[in-house]
Amino acid sequence: MIEAMKLEEFTCDFKEDVSSRIPEANFDLCLTCGTCTGGCPASEQYGMDPRKFLRMLLLGMDDEIRKSPWAWVCTMCGRCMSACPMKINIPKLIYNVRASWDRDKRPKGIRGSCDQHIKSGNAMGVPKEDFVFTIEDVAREIRETQPEFSDLEVTADRVGAYMVLNQNSREPVTEPDELGPLWKILHKVKADWTHPTVMWGGENYCMFLADEEGWRYIMEEFVYHIEHNLKCKVVVNTE
Amino acid sequence: MKKYKIPHTFEFKSIIELYAQWIKDGTLKVNSDWNKDLKIKFTVQDPCNIGRKIGTNKIVDDLRFVVKAVVGEENFVDMVPNRSNNFCCGGGGGALQGGHTEQRRAYGKVKFDQIIETGAKYVITPCHNCHAQIEDMCHHHGGDYHTLHLWTVICLAMGILGENERTYLGPDLAELGLDIEGGIQ
Ligand code: SF4
Ligand code: SF4
Repeated sequence: MIEAMKLEEFTCDFKEDVSSRIPEANFDLCLTCGTCTGGCPASEQYGMDPRKFLRMLLLGMDDEIRKSPWAWVCTMCGRCMSACPMKINIPKLIYNVRASWDRDKRPKGIRGSCDQHIKSGNAMGVPKEDFVFTIEDVAREIRETQPEFSDLEVTADRVGAYMVLNQNSREPVTEPDELGPLWKILHKVKADWTHPTVMWGGENYCMFLADEEGWRYIMEEFVYHIEHNLKCKVVVNTE
Repeated sequence: MKKYKIPHTFEFKSIIELYAQWIKDGTLKVNSDWNKDLKIKFTVQDPCNIGRKIGTNKIVDDLRFVVKAVVGEENFVDMVPNRSNNFCCGGGGGALQGGHTEQRRAYGKVKFDQIIETGAKYVITPCHNCHAQIEDMCHHHGGDYHTLHLWTVICLAMGILGENERTYLGPDLAELGLDIEGGIQ
C-alpha cells in the first residue's frame, strides 16, 4: 500500500534555492492544468512529466527531484513554458536541477564534450592545427576537382573579415565534405568571411551540462577573439 | 551571451536569414526547376533554437521561404504543429550525448510520426543535432525518409553539388546534376 505523505515533514529548500536564482519563475502559480504535460514529448519517460516534476518541487520532494534522471531526458526545448498559462519556466528549473548534480555524476558524454570544448575550443577535441589543416585540405580538393570553384578561397582567422562562421565541430571531424556546400554558397554570393579558430565549435555542451563556469569561459574567450583579434562585424550561426 | 552580459559590438545572424536575404535581393540565384517534373516532396524540421527560443517566427519563416525557393512551393509539406510551436526532435539539450538512449528514442517518436504523416521523402534539418537525431529515428523506428542539411538542397538546386557532397541523398537524387565523368554539369 502506498503511504500518504505528511506534508509537514517537508521543507521546500530546493524550491527556495532555485527561486532565488530565477525570481521571475513563479513556481507557486502553477494551476496544475497539465497543458505542459500534454504537449511534452518527454512525458511518461521514467514515469515523469513536467507537471509532476513541478508538483514534486512544490511539495519539497527535493531528494527525488534531484535524483531523477528525467532532468537529462527533458531537452529544455521550452514548449511547456510557451504553452503554460502562467508562463512557468520549467526549462530553467531543469537547468538548475542539472546544476545541482555533482559535476562528475552528470552524464559522461555531455561532460566529456564540455571538457573538450574548454580545453580545445570545440566539443570534438580537435586541436586548432588539425582544424586548419582540414579546411585547407577540403578547400584544395574542391579547387582541384570542381572547375567552377577553382578560385574558392577559405581562410582561418582572417582579420577584418566582415563575417565569421560559428560552425558545428562535427562537420570538420566526422564529415569534412559537408563543409564544401556552405563555402560554395558563400563564394557565389561573394561573402567576406572567415573561420575563427578560438572556441570555434558552435555547439555548447557546457550549457547542457549546466556548467556555469565553463559556459561563461567559452563565451568570453569567443567574444574576445572575435571582438579584439578578428574585429568582425557579424557572427553567423550556421545552424 | 545575453545571460552573461558579455559586452560585444558584433551582431549574431542566422545563415538562414542570410540565405533568404540573398535570394530576395538576387545575390543567390536559385530555382526549383529541377523538381518540376520529379515532384519530390520535402518537409523541414524547425530547430527549437531558431524558432520558439528566439521568441519570433522570423527565422523559421525565412527557412520556409528558402526551402520553397529551392524545392518548389508545391513540393513542400509542412509538419503540424510547426514553427515556434514545433515539437523538439528529442536530440537537443545534450540528449544525444546524455546516455538515456531508450528515452531519447521514445521522445523522438513524436517527431518521427509527424514526419511520416507528411509523406515527405526528405526532411531538411538545418541544425546538426536535429540531423543526427532525425536520422537515428529513421533507422530505429523504421522510416524510409532521408535527412538533409539545408546547404545540400541549395547547392543541388544551383547545380553545384559535388560528387562527394551527396552522402545524404537517396538514390532518386544521387546523380542529379552530375555528368558522366562525375563532374558538375
Ligand atoms: S502548463 Fe503551467 S500552469 Fe499548467 S500544469 Fe504546467 S506548469 Fe502548471
Ligand atoms: S522543456 Fe522539457 S518539460 Fe518542457 S516541453 Fe520540453 S522536454 Fe518537456
